[in-house]
Amino acid sequence: MSVLLVLLIVLGIGFVGFFIGRRRAGAQDAGKVKVHSRAHYHGWWVFLVSVLPAVLFIAIWSAASSIYLERSAEASLPAQTAESVVASRSLALGMVQGIADGLDRLDPAEMQNLPQSYGELRSLLGSKGVALASEGQDYMIPIAQRWHSGAAVARTIGAGIAFALAIAGLIFGLSGIHPRARARNNVERVVLWGLLAASTIAILTTVGIVFSMLFQTINFFSVVSPWNFFFGTVWDPRFADAGAGATAGQFGLIPLLAGTLYIALVAMLFAVPVGLFAAIYMAEYASPKVRSIVKPLLEILAGIPTIVYGFFALVTVGPFLRDLSAAISGGPGFIMAQSVLTAGLVMGIMLIPFVSSLSDDIITAVPGTMRDGSLGLGATRSETVKRVILPAALPGIVGALLLTASRAIGETMIVVLAAGVAARLTVNPFEAMTTITVKIVNQLTGDLEFNSPQTLVAFALGITLFFLTLAMNIFALYIVRKYREQYE
Amino acid sequence: MNLMTERSLEKAVGDKMNAVVNATKMKGNKVSVFYGSKQALFDVDLDIPEKMVMALIGPSGCGKSTFLRSLNRMNDTIEGCRVTGQITLDGEDIYDPKIDVVELRARVGMVFQKPNPFPKSIYENVAYGPRIHGLAKSRHELDEIVESSLRRASLFEEVKDRLQESGTGLSGGQQQRLCIARAIAVSPEVILMDEPCSALDPIATAKVEELIDELRQNYTIVIVTHSMQQAARVSQRTAMFHLGNIVEVGDTEMMFTTPKEKRTQDYITGRFG
Repeated sequence: MSVLLVLLIVLGIGFVGFFIGRRRAGAQDAGKVKVHSRAHYHGWWVFLVSVLPAVLFIAIWSAASSIYLERSAEASLPAQTAESVVASRSLALGMVQGIADGLDRLDPAEMQNLPQSYGELRSLLGSKGVALASEGQDYMIPIAQRWHSGAAVARTIGAGIAFALAIAGLIFGLSGIHPRARARNNVERVVLWGLLAASTIAILTTVGIVFSMLFQTINFFSVVSPWNFFFGTVWDPRFADAGAGATAGQFGLIPLLAGTLYIALVAMLFAVPVGLFAAIYMAEYASPKVRSIVKPLLEILAGIPTIVYGFFALVTVGPFLRDLSAAISGGPGFIMAQSVLTAGLVMGIMLIPFVSSLSDDIITAVPGTMRDGSLGLGATRSETVKRVILPAALPGIVGALLLTASRAIGETMIVVLAAGVAARLTVNPFEAMTTITVKIVNQLTGDLEFNSPQTLVAFALGITLFFLTLAMNIFALYIVRKYREQYE
Repeated sequence: MNLMTERSLEKAVGDKMNAVVNATKMKGNKVSVFYGSKQALFDVDLDIPEKMVMALIGPSGCGKSTFLRSLNRMNDTIEGCRVTGQITLDGEDIYDPKIDVVELRARVGMVFQKPNPFPKSIYENVAYGPRIHGLAKSRHELDEIVESSLRRASLFEEVKDRLQESGTGLSGGQQQRLCIARAIAVSPEVILMDEPCSALDPIATAKVEELIDELRQNYTIVIVTHSMQQAARVSQRTAMFHLGNIVEVGDTEMMFTTPKEKRTQDYITGRFG
């Protein structure tokens, strides 16, 4: 019996409980007692007590039973030797699992006289549409069979217990129906826990991301010293030597960090004035009709995938800047097609809607009485904006700009296409530099082993980037919150 | 009558001495105001005498605030608002295209219903107007303007030691007097007040009312108020608005003792509104 079917049946039991519970609660004769909860709350409470424990049990049971089966299968694998045809134990375990899953497709008769040679089994399963790896060995078949039958037993037991739980919950829920029963409070509490769980998922995911990077980073730092990583000025990972051992190359973060911050700076230099002025126009000058057209148009810019901006940089802006510089100098252009300037400009265009939209919200949040007060004293609009609105909105705008900057630092696709891959330290914005994100992409998109420092460095870079943007976001949120308190 | 306190009655009687109506400072002639297609004022004629306090009373939505805001063209900032007819300041049409609205608002200042100090220091709040209009040639002169404005708003003694602290940290009544000082600092000729005491407690209200009475020596004041006692206490002339029209205009004391119109009498004795 598959897990999905079990879930459906449990849900069915729950709905039966809902309808019975609702009818019973509706039909109960309260006499002089005031009924506490309305009938549908009783129905939902019966539904929840029959479905929730059973569903939780199914989730835990299937996770636990599959871990148990995998462990026992792994224990019965023969020891790994130098002559083993299959490269590693985990690979062998994967093949066994593949066979075990494939056995589901066979009917009982075929299971009875299962071929004991891997070649025959492979062709049999192949005819059922299950593709198996060609290096499989005969010894895997009995292990897979045990796995298969163990899984079937576990599923049957699990389904039985789940049904028992659901029916027990149903009876418990129905027996609790009486006029003063607090079904409404119970349901509300479950809703509260559900909402709490949803927000916990977001937080736990963040923690999970940090840990997944943290372990790989620790592995990396066992090969390369943190000092060399954080303070090294040379980035030379030597892909060719990967796996060769001692000569692991140099992993200096400084050139990448410099490139990241430089490109982000150029982007912000472009995006902040343009975005801020656009926000001021929309918030203070534009008539509602213009605003209702311009604001969504600007926000469309935010919806363009960044890879498209990358194309734009690569085929339009980069060559244009190069040709322009060639025309100015009269000889070869001094701006390279892939350069800090190109990447920064295009990233700046991408950031405009973030700056303008966030700033616009903050400027409109400044109370209208401030505007009236200033205009009533005979100030012009621009004096009002400059001397009253912007100072009042400044903390919020700074927060918005920090959020935007952390986006600029984490941006990947534009710089991959437009900034170049040369990791060097330069102050010339017309030359190519590279960023942390570009190097993460480079390090991970090879066919290198996952345990060489050349690959692991990506995680160290990732966690550095993560903490950089996290710190900026926390700081930005702190400022924005402080600003909000000012008017509320 | 039963509504008026003894004190305001005394005051109304005292005002009888100077019940002579001064020369007209501002004049509304067939003023109509539209918000989009909705008309809020219908051909209103009203003379505002110089160096007196004119109170505009009437039930909510009667157009008194609308009329007040059209006196310094603050209605211009409202989308879809249109004013027809003529309003003059010293005989000049303020809706004439040749008139600079910035200059007009420097001459006709405004104090709002809710105290709205800027999130700046007390000093900067008062110095704001003189700065944008270039009224002070030196720092010293600016200091003098700030001090004299705060003095005239009877706030200086309370805040003289903390001029550099934020204006938003003052109490509601102090904030409103700060806003009055801010309006005075640009030396306007007329000060418009839109329910200046509605957000204040009775003690702060008394202080602001006292202040208004003093300011009348130098400024023409138009005040919108929902409080009949306040109108009686501070004003010399009163105009009663209803449904976008003026019901009755006259000396305050006359209006509150022997109103000509039944609607006025009903309103000031609290029978409708």
